[in-house]
Amino acid sequence: MADSSVRHDEPAGGRRRDFLELVAWSTFGVGTLAAIWPLIDSLNPSAAVLAVASTEVDLEPIEVGQRITVMWRGKPVFVSRRTEEEIQMAQSVPLEELRDPEPDEARVQNPEWLIVIGICTHLGCVPLGNRAGEPRGQWAGWFCPCHGSHYDTAGRIRKGPAPRNLDLPPYRFVSDTQVLIG
Amino acid sequence: MSTEMQKPPFKSGVLRWIDERLPVLTWAYNELVVYPAPRNLNYWWNFGSLAGIMLVVQIMTGVILVMFYTPHADLAFDSVEGYIMRDVNWGWLLRYIHANGASMFFALVYIHIFRGLYYGSYKKPRELLWILGVVILLLMMATAFMGYVLPWGNMSYWAATVITNLFSAIPLVGEPLVTWLWGGFTVDNPTLQRFFSLHYLLPFVIFAMVFLHLLALHQFGSNNPLGIDLSKKDKIPFHPYYTVKDVFGFCVFLLVYGYFVFYAPTAFISPTNFIPADPLQTPTHIVPEWYFLPFYAILRAITFDFLWIVPAKLGGVIAMFASIFVLFFLPWLDTSKVRSARFRPIYKWFFWLLVIDVLVLGWAGANPPEGWYLVAAQLGTLYYFLHFLVILPMLGKIERPLPLPTSLSDPVLRGTRSQPAS
Ligand code: HEM
Ligand code: FES
Repeated sequence: MADSSVRHDEPAGGRRRDFLELVAWSTFGVGTLAAIWPLIDSLNPSAAVLAVASTEVDLEPIEVGQRITVMWRGKPVFVSRRTEEEIQMAQSVPLEELRDPEPDEARVQNPEWLIVIGICTHLGCVPLGNRAGEPRGQWAGWFCPCHGSHYDTAGRIRKGPAPRNLDLPPYRFVSDTQVLIG
Repeated sequence: MSTEMQKPPFKSGVLRWIDERLPVLTWAYNELVVYPAPRNLNYWWNFGSLAGIMLVVQIMTGVILVMFYTPHADLAFDSVEGYIMRDVNWGWLLRYIHANGASMFFALVYIHIFRGLYYGSYKKPRELLWILGVVILLLMMATAFMGYVLPWGNMSYWAATVITNLFSAIPLVGEPLVTWLWGGFTVDNPTLQRFFSLHYLLPFVIFAMVFLHLLALHQFGSNNPLGIDLSKKDKIPFHPYYTVKDVFGFCVFLLVYGYFVFYAPTAFISPTNFIPADPLQTPTHIVPEWYFLPFYAILRAITFDFLWIVPAKLGGVIAMFASIFVLFFLPWLDTSKVRSARFRPIYKWFFWLLVIDVLVLGWAGANPPEGWYLVAAQLGTLYYFLHFLVILPMLGKIERPLPLPTSLSDPVLRGTRSQPAS
């Protein structure tokens, strides 16, 4: 900063020097920030990671009551062809019983097909229940063994530490038997 | 560092020529040879230099492992379990020295920390010395966590997933932050490669911090079992008295270290880590390395929302980080002026209670968070914070310390004046 002891010229010159100093420091500051941004942003997903964007799933071989796991962007996605009973259970729950209240209609495009990301919203484990013989938890959906989260047949959190329902991936039905995730 | 530097007694003119232009030899001579150390240090004072040796061992073995290790999600597991363990000359030895070295390093550092707690080494004027130590602990944790991910076994993968997901608990920025940490939408190759880069870098940052830690130590010199300030006549030169004591301690330590490397090399490695990483198969029971267990227990102890504003998940993360950050404030939380627990009849008991508490937390952390394990973790967490935030501040006010000796030559019985720590 301008030091009064060295400023022996008149006020006008002093002001010009203060101005130059201000310009120099602020250019330096903004420049540094601008230079740091590429360093930080380089750690975000690269173009190659973003390019692997969509996954196509053939629904034909999946039977009623069966669940399969497909990969989308490196994450497991659960595709569940729900039975009448499972749909019934998902639709009949009063919303005020839910931690993350969402009606079943908001979670499916077609009630027979539930498509959710198979990653526990607590700390990211893959819940059990998608393979035959695995525990499905108290609400017949999925059960996360890591810290004990229970999900229902709409993938909604019912008990345990997870804060949210299982996330929904973006998807659309290309035909009756084809779905495109992503 | 003492202000009056002693010149080393050089025999060689070359050394004198160098030292006049770059006084590193004078510095080393003053810090490592004539450095005046208290003459009453016991074996608990060995652990700092032992930890320093372990840092060097980790760096030496690590640099060589890197020459054979492949930091890629498709190749890492085979380069460790296949190439290093089977094909590289002595590769198995280097890896077991490095993998078990991490456990030994933490064991030594934890003992070193509890030594500081018992003898009040964090008190004035050594606050910054202590704080630098806590910084080193945090850096070690980050380094060990990222190193554990490198072999890319299934426990590596899921440990990385669970721990990085902790950051998703932060409101608003949590999710983008985690994507940024991963460089993708799950733990994957980009994550492995950045962890590799940082695992190589951080030990050298630790090295620099250790240097500052020693600089701060030599400013006032070591504390000692009595916790009193010592005069010159109660000190002896570091060399040969403590160099030989440290070397002896190192030999004993090598017996323990060698036992693990040669007779139980996989004792600390989870069997799940002999299976390659599988993003679809979460191990039924995710457990971190033993040295993280107490903190893991604290993380999982918070199963309830806190005051309606802090959800359980965020609460656990805050409690876990707070359990280490509270150590930064310890020099001011402990209000007693007397350093050594030898003269603090009540604190002595609370010290041992804290040791037991941390062991209980470790045991709870190794088990699933349900039933009695969860209750133990919750009570243990509560007590941990009570110790630092309530007991220590109050104890300094109500405890009556025993009379302190005034010097080593002056036995405790004769000294009746109680000397404050400052
Ligand atoms: C503070 C010091 C260090 C600690 C606490 C540490 C800790 C660890 C741990 C726990 C592992 C996993 C071992 C396993 O399960 O196989 C590991 C692996 C590894 N570390 Fe380190 N490390 C340190 C320093 C270094 C340095 C300085 C380098 C390189 C310059 C390095 C290179 C490696 C490599 C290449 C691996 C993978 C091979 C393997 O798994 O054995 N480490 N480290
Ligand atoms: S990760 Fe599923 S309950 Fe914690």
